[in-house]
Amino acid sequence: MSRVVVDVVLKPEISDPQGQAVLGALGRLGHDSITSVRQGKHFVLEVDGTPDEAELKQIAETLLANPVIEDVELHVTTD
Amino acid sequence: MRIGVITFPGSLDDVDAARAVRLAGGEPIPLWHGDHDLKDVDAVVLPGGFSYGDYLRAGAIAARAPLMQDVVTRARQGLPVLGICNGFQVLCEAGLLPGALTRNSHLHFRNRDQVLVVERADTTWTSDYRAGQRIVIPVKNGEGRYVGSDADLDRLEGENRVVFRYADGNPNGSSRDIAGVTSENGRIVGLMPHPEHAIEDLTGPSTDGLGFFTSVLKSVVAA
Repeated sequence: MSRVVVDVVLKPEISDPQGQAVLGALGRLGHDSITSVRQGKHFVLEVDGTPDEAELKQIAETLLANPVIEDVELHVTTD
Repeated sequence: MRIGVITFPGSLDDVDAARAVRLAGGEPIPLWHGDHDLKDVDAVVLPGGFSYGDYLRAGAIAARAPLMQDVVTRARQGLPVLGICNGFQVLCEAGLLPGALTRNSHLHFRNRDQVLVVERADTTWTSDYRAGQRIVIPVKNGEGRYVGSDADLDRLEGENRVVFRYADGNPNGSSRDIAGVTSENGRIVGLMPHPEHAIEDLTGPSTDGLGFFTSVLKSVVAA
């Protein structure tokens, strides 16, 4: 059994109003040292057997993330 | 003329789209997302709504529905396709139109009668308008902000593929006031505002939306 974590965040050039709203809330709570927040998605996939890296990359880049606006990172851990 | 209207789980405006087709003089054909059957339609409308609850990204899961595989294949061969609101999101996610639609810059759902400027009156879906014409049709979305990299947007503008721009105020923060775009061949059009809600004086702010549906009928007759 393997576990694959896929993190998806908006590309730096795409503005992130949700992250900005979180940043605003942090400022109101007094956390003035936080200068930027980018909000993303975090997927945890469990895979039977040894994961096929090419297949995982395809899943991440064609469904879990939209490459027009998002960057994606894969982290594989095997038990 | 047979104009298919696809229903996905969570579609809201499929009935209004079918009514618009009928009022324009076409025959609306209900299509179901889970089938592999386009029922010999001459064109397809992807309606507004919240397909699959907007899970993952708006339009992302609907873009991989069984019927969409047929739509993508036929659209690449020239089948006219119109995507309205969620339908526009589906077309971008399916790779039939460039760019992406993301959360409105102000984070609010925005619902109002919207002025648009027609930039292209030579697409399959806009031939009954004039270039430069101002039309008023409703806009209603929470994730309607059209985005792309500057290079992609420059290319899009260079290829003259912006069909509509917002005027008198941008409702969602879309890049360069872009409200709708088209494919290279002008047969696929996607826009966030809702022409199917502006087809009768009784229920809409205007009848400016009817031109989409009369335009496609002419193109299909001419083809």
